Amino acid sequence: MKAEEGQHLLYQMQLIRRFEEKSAEQYTKAKIRGFLHLYIGEEAVAVGVIQALTDEDSILSTYREHGHALARGLSAESVMAEMYGKKEGCSMGRGGSMHLFDASKRFYGGNAIVSGHLPLAVGMALALKKQNKKNITCCFFGEGAAAEGEFHESMNLAALWNVPVLFVCENNLYAMGTALKYTHSILELEKKGMAYGIDSVAVDGMNLMAVINAANKAVTKIKKTGKPYFLVCNTYRFRAHSMFDAELYRDKSEVEEWKKRDPIAIFKKYLLQEKLTTEQEIAIIEARIESEVQRAVDFAESGTLESIEDLTKFVYSKKTEL
Amino acid sequence: MKEITKITYREALKQGVREALQNDERVFLMGEDVGRYGGAFAVSKGLLQEFGEDKIMDVPLSESGFVGAGIGAAVAGMKPIVEVMTVNFGLLAMDQIVNNAATLLHMSGGQMNVPVVIRMGCGIGRQLAAQHSHSWEPLFAHIPGLIVLSAGTHEDARHMLAKALKSPDPVIVFEYTSMLNIEKEIPVNITRVDISKAKVRKVGKDISIITYGIGVYKCMDAANELASIGIDTEVVDLRILRPLDEETILASVSKTHKALIVEDAWKSVSISSEISARIMEKIFYELDAPVLRLAGVEVPIPYPLHLEDASVPQKNDIINAVKKMLNHD
Amino acid sequence: MIEFVMPSLGADMEDGTLVEWRKKKGDTVKRGDIIAEVETQKGLIEIEIFDEAVIEKLLIGPGTKVPVGSPLALINPIHDKAETIVTTTAKKDLIHPIIEKEKTPASPTVSSDDRIKISPLAKRIATENNIDTSTLSGSGENGAITKEDVEKSIAKKLKGALSQEALGTTTEDETASASISIRAAVAAAMSKSNREIPHYYLEKTIDMTKALVLMNKANKERPVKQRLLPAALLIRAVALSLQEVPELNALWDNGLQIRSDINIGFVVSLRKGGIIVPAIPAANLKTIDEIMSALNDIIPRAKALKLRSSELSDSTITMTSIGEGGADSVYGIIYPPQVAIIGFGNISEQPFAENGMLGVRPIVRVTVSADHRATDGLIGSRFLTALNRHLQNPASL
Repeated sequence: MKAEEGQHLLYQMQLIRRFEEKSAEQYTKAKIRGFLHLYIGEEAVAVGVIQALTDEDSILSTYREHGHALARGLSAESVMAEMYGKKEGCSMGRGGSMHLFDASKRFYGGNAIVSGHLPLAVGMALALKKQNKKNITCCFFGEGAAAEGEFHESMNLAALWNVPVLFVCENNLYAMGTALKYTHSILELEKKGMAYGIDSVAVDGMNLMAVINAANKAVTKIKKTGKPYFLVCNTYRFRAHSMFDAELYRDKSEVEEWKKRDPIAIFKKYLLQEKLTTEQEIAIIEARIESEVQRAVDFAESGTLESIEDLTKFVYSKKTEL
Repeated sequence: MKEITKITYREALKQGVREALQNDERVFLMGEDVGRYGGAFAVSKGLLQEFGEDKIMDVPLSESGFVGAGIGAAVAGMKPIVEVMTVNFGLLAMDQIVNNAATLLHMSGGQMNVPVVIRMGCGIGRQLAAQHSHSWEPLFAHIPGLIVLSAGTHEDARHMLAKALKSPDPVIVFEYTSMLNIEKEIPVNITRVDISKAKVRKVGKDISIITYGIGVYKCMDAANELASIGIDTEVVDLRILRPLDEETILASVSKTHKALIVEDAWKSVSISSEISARIMEKIFYELDAPVLRLAGVEVPIPYPLHLEDASVPQKNDIINAVKKMLNHD
Repeated sequence: MIEFVMPSLGADMEDGTLVEWRKKKGDTVKRGDIIAEVETQKGLIEIEIFDEAVIEKLLIGPGTKVPVGSPLALINPIHDKAETIVTTTAKKDLIHPIIEKEKTPASPTVSSDDRIKISPLAKRIATENNIDTSTLSGSGENGAITKEDVEKSIAKKLKGALSQEALGTTTEDETASASISIRAAVAAAMSKSNREIPHYYLEKTIDMTKALVLMNKANKERPVKQRLLPAALLIRAVALSLQEVPELNALWDNGLQIRSDINIGFVVSLRKGGIIVPAIPAANLKTIDEIMSALNDIIPRAKALKLRSSELSDSTITMTSIGEGGADSVYGIIYPPQVAIIGFGNISEQPFAENGMLGVRPIVRVTVSADHRATDGLIGSRFLTALNRHLQNPASL
């Protein structure tokens, strides 16, 4: 790994974290409403997987997707403005935190029905196959989704049709507030992919380097075979499920234990050890992020609200000619 | 002069699908048993042999999965025709239709079009009992973002699909399985139908009978019988259930001043409730009698034929309702 | 110095009860530190702070329940960030919109016994025409008054007003009320026509030279009082043409009903507004002189509203003539249940080409407005052709 590369990855993870901390703050001030699901603790997954993709590959994500959006290159401004419900947001303010979209970056949400986007990802991959394209579709979801019927239907369809889709399960151990052991009969989720004859691998999702290696391998394999691949990233969210959550379902000590495996701290240490960066450079990155996040807030604050006259826009396309 | 050809409803649907596959590289048909079986109702019989597996895709019994995949393929530039064998299984895909097909354009702020066409067999009849006898057009017509069509005639069965495939937004097409074997004449030289508009199937002055789908031929038969006793009815085939063609409906009722709405779907919170409400809201002062509705009796459809028949409006019910509204002895 | 407030953790969080302060006055806190524990309806939640600051003062004690947005403590930021001040005062309204429940008055009980059952359409027409619906009996379902009932009543009222006139017993008030009724009747009839009858329109330009030459010649030999007007000639020509094209001399009532008698309704404008259409009965059997004397009799009586009701109801077709100096053409609205109205514009001198030569001739533009349910353009056109032929051969009139 080159120093520049390593520093960029650190920057991405740190940006996600700082951006989300700021989002939480703005939420408590009622600047952001609706649900706000934070990704803090899971940054290595989004950053590690998305770096393996090209601009022509497509990404679908969940309602906990600020990290994926930022890692994909959506600007902090456009994401913050979206959460403020402003016209300058990446979805014109129509989606909010759970529905970040940017078609120009092939970032297709922001899908908030658990597992509802898996069939979509399979269909997009099917289109790629029919169009003889060499790209892939990457689909993030949580382990909660793996209990849904649509997960199983999608796995079956993807394997049956041999379509180039990378399923990434972010196993953060809790489906909202119910632990994995209460929701799944088999705790090694990768086995569910194997049951459909799909190449399935589990990886430590707290370790960026491990995720990078696994993701690179997965993407290479899909591009070679055109077949689906199932990557389970075992990870942990440090914060509550969403903002209004007393976390009755887990012990504080468990959270503290996982925080020792903070992916950002681990990766920082790695970069320093490998002499790919210095404390000073890290301080500069952090200062840069601080101002970038503040700019995002300023941008969102000064954004415009859509006119109520435009309320029914985007229900049908302008040019629906029947 | 119009040249006329005689054709079954099934053949009309098949020609529509076939034409779509021939005209656009991006079009493919996916659904349960559409290929090797030839289609559950033999609509796609022979198409697998003609177009191959890439274009005629048999899918597993995964309604949510394959409807969602159809939506995904549409987002990614294809033009899928997704066949859900019957609307009875359509609810398994309801999440995909409502939360994805109908919603992606809006929640992406206009960035994601979903040009998918979903065909569903539909309707009551043939003693299939409660779980296989559904008229769920109103459920789908409730959803903003969807375009909902109802092919109540052979002409529409033949030509609706081509127009539906031109739509940048998701289209649900309801087809009526009990009409598959019915043979009717359709003009050869008409190759397009305007699916954005309701169609006045019979012009008349005494009363507007507004209907769709399975109701169209029933109402036409009733109208012809009523004509023989001097009652001049106008029959409006809604054809597009969302967005409704209010203009045609209101113009007809403003002319006749009386409206009877006929549908097979359960009466409460239905298409007829909606139309009745709009007539009242928009042209109350054109009404010379209360709007009357004939719709499905609110019961899961029973198995015995006589009870099944009694569950939905029949021709004689329509005739009697019209006579009553016109004070005709 | 800024206020640290009870945070809003969701739109469904309204308040919180302070359980414990984790920090005390004088403590330095940094971003992410837990400053307090708050009990909510979802359980105990740790409250974090987003600023680096020194705690100046704790404002409430444990056990106190406060709404979202209420100050909990005063803190002194170490890096003074202006933007954090935003939060406090005005915000309470934002988070806590107070929605007062509107008291809905008990719905008034309506006794339905004395309510008049009338269709919305009938009611509208009745209101437009000043018809008192309490005097009507309904022919609709459950005795509801329908459009037809109201229209019958309007016709009756109009005839009543006119026969009173005919008896010469009307007072000035009654005349005024009659003219209101006439306006209403015209409104109702024309609205109905425009709503229900699909009109088609045809026009033909007719050279009046020969007809006028003949008329002027005849008039030279007559005393002023007996002189002919072009209208008489035109009525005669229309009547003869209708004999040849009887489809326009008809009523539409569940189909085309051709009438054998040709009674030409002639539109007379009233000074106070409105029109009245007396009939020239059996116009095809009358000579031009007879038609002229009928006009001389009926027009003044029409203007004075002194007509017999039969004179108003017997027309089988209507004719309207604009008269000297008026508009060049007129497209009439059919008087139902008739199926046509013939319109004559002002007779004026115009360039007119004939046999390759241009000349100045007195011409008239004649229109036919006809009911497309009853006839097609071909019939209307045949009528205009016949009319032209008669007017080019005035001796035959």
